[in-house]
Amino acid sequence: MKRSVTATIIMLAASLALSVSMACAETIKIGAILAMTGPASFLGAPEARTLEMLAEELNAKGGIGGNKIELIIKDSGGNPEKAISFAKQLIEEEKVFAIIGPSTSGETLKIKQICEDGKTILLSCAAAEQIVNPVAKYVFKTPQKDSQVVQAIFETMKANKISKIAVLASNTGFGQAGKGQIEKQAPESGIQVLATEVYDSKATDLSAIVAKLAANKEIQAVINWSIEPAQAIVLKNARQAGWNVPIYQSHGFGNIKYVEAAGVAAEGVIFPAGRLLIADKLADKHPQKAVLVKYTKDYETKFKEEASTFGGHAYDAFKILCRGIEQAGANKEKVRDAIENMKGFVGTAGVFNFSPTDHNGLGQDSVTMLTVKGGNFVEYKK
Amino acid sequence: MTLELFSQYLLAGVTYGIIYAIVGIGFNIIYNTTGIINFAQGEFVMLGGMIAISMHQWLPLPLAIVAAVLLVMLIGALVEILFIRWLDRPSVLRMIIITIGISILVREAALHIWGEGVRSLPYFVGNEITTVRIMGARVSPQVLWVIGVCTVMVLALSLFFKYTLQGKKMQACAANRVAATLCGISTKNMVTLSFMLSAGIGALAGCVMSPITYSQYDIGTGLAIKGFTVAILGGLGSSMAAVAAGLLLGLIESFSVSVVPLAFQDAISISLLLAILFLRPHGLFGNKDAADLKEF
Amino acid sequence: MKRHLPLGLLVLAIIGVQLLTRATDTAFYLTPLTMTAYYSLVIVGLCLLMGYAGQISLGHAGFFAIGGYLSAMLTTKNLVPFKDNSLISLCDELGLLVHGQDMFGSAFTHVQPWAACGCAILVTIVVAYAIGIPVLKLKGHYLAMATLGFGIIVYRLALAFPLFGEADGISDVPGFPLLPGLSVSGDFSSRVSNYYLAWGMVALAMWLLVNLIHSRVGRALKAIHGAEGAANATGINTARYKLNTFVISAVLASVAGIFLTHYNGGIGPSEAGIMKSVRYVAIVAIGGMANLWGALTMGALLNIMSLRGMFGSYDDAVFGAILIVIMLFAPQGLLGISLSATFKRILRRGE
Repeated sequence: MKRSVTATIIMLAASLALSVSMACAETIKIGAILAMTGPASFLGAPEARTLEMLAEELNAKGGIGGNKIELIIKDSGGNPEKAISFAKQLIEEEKVFAIIGPSTSGETLKIKQICEDGKTILLSCAAAEQIVNPVAKYVFKTPQKDSQVVQAIFETMKANKISKIAVLASNTGFGQAGKGQIEKQAPESGIQVLATEVYDSKATDLSAIVAKLAANKEIQAVINWSIEPAQAIVLKNARQAGWNVPIYQSHGFGNIKYVEAAGVAAEGVIFPAGRLLIADKLADKHPQKAVLVKYTKDYETKFKEEASTFGGHAYDAFKILCRGIEQAGANKEKVRDAIENMKGFVGTAGVFNFSPTDHNGLGQDSVTMLTVKGGNFVEYKK
Repeated sequence: MTLELFSQYLLAGVTYGIIYAIVGIGFNIIYNTTGIINFAQGEFVMLGGMIAISMHQWLPLPLAIVAAVLLVMLIGALVEILFIRWLDRPSVLRMIIITIGISILVREAALHIWGEGVRSLPYFVGNEITTVRIMGARVSPQVLWVIGVCTVMVLALSLFFKYTLQGKKMQACAANRVAATLCGISTKNMVTLSFMLSAGIGALAGCVMSPITYSQYDIGTGLAIKGFTVAILGGLGSSMAAVAAGLLLGLIESFSVSVVPLAFQDAISISLLLAILFLRPHGLFGNKDAADLKEF
Repeated sequence: MKRHLPLGLLVLAIIGVQLLTRATDTAFYLTPLTMTAYYSLVIVGLCLLMGYAGQISLGHAGFFAIGGYLSAMLTTKNLVPFKDNSLISLCDELGLLVHGQDMFGSAFTHVQPWAACGCAILVTIVVAYAIGIPVLKLKGHYLAMATLGFGIIVYRLALAFPLFGEADGISDVPGFPLLPGLSVSGDFSSRVSNYYLAWGMVALAMWLLVNLIHSRVGRALKAIHGAEGAANATGINTARYKLNTFVISAVLASVAGIFLTHYNGGIGPSEAGIMKSVRYVAIVAIGGMANLWGALTMGALLNIMSLRGMFGSYDDAVFGAILIVIMLFAPQGLLGISLSATFKRILRRGE
């Protein structure tokens, strides 16, 4: 009796050890730290859904070169201290191959050094310039840089002969980074910022602040930089106040839900974005057409909600990583080198051309100006 | 400041103020019958908006709102029956923690039911850019709906407390619970009723303001803090004082925009609350002697 | 002697855990454990205030943030552009500044971590007194609301000032060299020393608090909690005792904030948020209000689970649920019921 128990235990232990070692040989662990809940959940939730979808799809096809992907998604709730804890956990304990995320700039900046020390590839889905400037060896990011986005807006403004503007921004990392870039680039572009206001990301009515700005008749246009529902409120309040200046939004407007929320007030809004939002309207020969149509269709059929550019950032991160692994095999250092030298990768945000000095890889042409017409996104043409 | 700008600020202030006031009144109703502050009051407002939006897929707007209000009243009653009714004279600290816990749970449940996105009811009249002119200012007719509905609610509540038997019973509980029990009033039922009532008015407010402010799973906390501020500012327990304090706070917030950056708006209103708490804890319009008699 | 027994157990547990992770080659557990230690410091301080002095505080994350943010700001703000300012040069002469180079190789001058730490604690003490004097006159809901308001103001100010990094918070906070060879930092190499440092501080805090509650002060606090009027009548200066307790717990929170910020290398506004304050209160309640050891145990347990992401997207929901269940069925805390019930059972068996 006793002997059989011992035998069983040994067998069990052996099979366990075997399965563990087999698992190690076959799966590539990819970690993700995303703000699936909390104040930044409109970023993290579609990102997490996108990653789950992609990993499932890839594993159904047999993984990369026979290696299955194991995706470990951690919900940081937008808290930097959790992102720090998770990053260390993923690097040391799970020994992940790479980390995708975090969703917000604040979190990314706090784990930049940790990933650098842990020699783990980080593919951030956050926008801030400081993530890739100064360049850290292991840190990449997939969304367009704020500076490119601001430049695109300013060019359109110049074409429309607008030189005096007001800036509204929300008090999140996204809003503050955009506001900073606008203030930095305005003098070089010959644009004068007459007023700047920062509102709470949870604001429910902004008619008072809109009234204050509208009273200044010199203002020719407004740039609103935020990523939350409040940006739809800005639109409504401005139009309700009879203030009919052109309104420019940031790329944070790239979610059809905000257009629905603002209704007719969203008509004519001009904003910069990747081409994901107009995937089906792109010319068939456009290099991104195939990628964009496939992603938006897959996402929309699977999750019954409109795809947003935020989910696209996670898509790009995942696909870039997969391409790197395909090229260089399951070796962290080699994959890092492969990503750093990757050229002409077609993603949802644009065509990525990485280099040792550019860990973002997107050019100015990745940003296009869109506008809202009849409740839909269309390309903006002057 | 031009007249136009002035009236624009004024109307914005009244809109904020009346919303805060309704949440504040919700606090007061429950506080009066139970002596506890329901930290989950903001969640009733959120639920009202969210449920009405879901209902609106199948029902016409007025029916969807009625259904949402009734459902939230039911939820209010359930909350009271499940978490509060059977506790034997709980301490204030315990009640604060329990209602905070309820608020967290309701919010998280809403997150997992409705997701993180924003939703809103359609405008009752016109669309997003329809406006009416009042004193040179332009406002959405929805603002008038909010002001109108909330005013009717406040009036109806005061009539209810003054002239109906149930209302008088609740008043009696507020004045002296032991004496009310001796008169044959079931104080426990009155407490349930007060939860239903404040859940109902919260939900209705959540519906009428939804087109303006949008509904999202986490709007409750912010509203609760403002409503709370208003309830204390006016003096805990008095609905009319809450309305006055709500309007005051709303106007301060909207006019403060013209002098200080918007980023400090909340810090200003909370500092005002602290100042009131330190200098006049019984509120601007409250009675000090009455406040001292309240059991804590 | 009896009261030092748990303290001994704590020290043994601290050493035991480290040896265990070493033996099983799982040293990575020490990272969340170290972070947990600093949160535990806030929790035991709050436990003293809530459980023993009977005063609720829904704004303790505010004190944590004051410590963390000030220390982070002073040690990351480049003072080179202000070097002609007389105050700055005075500080320099006093040896309070550190000169070095930043990532781009340009000159970088910031405040010495010890000076920053001292400054942060000093500010905490001043704020705690300034807030505590009027706030502690309030009771019940008013007290809860006032402390909540204080927490919100700190949160709003952290979000509103570019100096504090607004929504991004402050990153790249340098390590805090305490002694030669011992530095508070998140380097993988100094993990063991940081683990012992953090838990050593918790053990020290526990030793101080346990002695405090068994002293005259502790008895006075108990009297205040029981019946404040009566305590006052017997000649206990209730206001002073409450105020000092408030300041002690604020300083503990602030110190935790300073050390955790240097350990993490950064701090964000979420550390100042309302949910954080609520979480601290929740853990004290779950531990059993007037039960330092219960608060410490439950705090360590729940924080480490949360920091390892075991609750996934249900993190806040789990806290809310535990909070309600404990407050409904076991207001004296989880450990409170099980221990007292077990003791009773043992006693009954002995009869």
